[in-house]
Amino acid sequence: MRRIIAIALLAIIVMGISLAVREIPFGKTDTKVGEYYLNEGREETGAANIVTSVVVNYRGFDTLGEIAVLFTAAIGLGAVFGSRKKRKVAEEVEKSSLIVYTGCRFLFPVILLVGAYIFIYGHLTPGGGFQGGAVVASAFLLMYLTCRGKRVRDKSNKVVESLGGLIFVGMGLVGLVIGKGFLFNFLPKGEFLTLFSAGIIPIIYIAIGFKVGAELAGVLDNLIEESK
Amino acid sequence: MNVIIATVLVLVMLVAAIAALIFKDLLNAVIASSVVSLIAAVIFYLLQAPDVAMAEAAIGAALVTAIFIIAIRRTKRFEE
Repeated sequence: MRRIIAIALLAIIVMGISLAVREIPFGKTDTKVGEYYLNEGREETGAANIVTSVVVNYRGFDTLGEIAVLFTAAIGLGAVFGSRKKRKVAEEVEKSSLIVYTGCRFLFPVILLVGAYIFIYGHLTPGGGFQGGAVVASAFLLMYLTCRGKRVRDKSNKVVESLGGLIFVGMGLVGLVIGKGFLFNFLPKGEFLTLFSAGIIPIIYIAIGFKVGAELAGVLDNLIEESK
Repeated sequence: MNVIIATVLVLVMLVAAIAALIFKDLLNAVIASSVVSLIAAVIFYLLQAPDVAMAEAAIGAALVTAIFIIAIRRTKRFEE
């Protein structure tokens, strides 16, 4: 009986979704706002990557919300795992082999560099703060897996995280004081396609990159510490 | 050519997704779900969305897999 009800419900849901999806014109730009961003975005924000100009400038306030969600998740995890006594793990676990250890030491700065490149050049090439931050966190994951016993310092991690958030909100508030509204692009746009262009966009994306990297590395740190 | 590549990738992705549901060994299931993420990243790239592809590859294929494996280490590896 339950199975029949489940199948009937599933059929209704599938029908509803397929009817709704059929109406959406994929691949066409029927919306005015999307067309506006594509045509005017480069001139207005000075960023070559339109995705970045939407994420940080046009929809900057939504990005602040996303950052807040990630921040809350990291704090929640820290509250669950961080409150227990941290065990000393360095002596108990088996040391990884020399080849793995050397490879990790060689790769760790390279991955960090790639992550930093992704978020510093977020306004020119694909990628940005979130992607770069995730790559930076994966470098720390590699370190946790191979160079055992090494840990991110809790305090510096929190300082970087807080500074990233403060810079984002501070830039927004300066825009509110000087210009027309929160996250107003008050700095000069600069020359198109150069590193120092697009006003506050690169500054905010670098702050986001540091914040996301520190948060995700902290999450991994908490989980790995607990799992040993 | 692009259509053929995309079709093959989507089929592999479907197989991996079904495998992730079926496997009783949770470690295998996690690896299968990371294959889904990896192929999704490639498809995003083929659809000219490199920003999303980067996020999917870094978060879906790397970090989420690691977090799942850490969780499996703390709990049970095999599903009854």
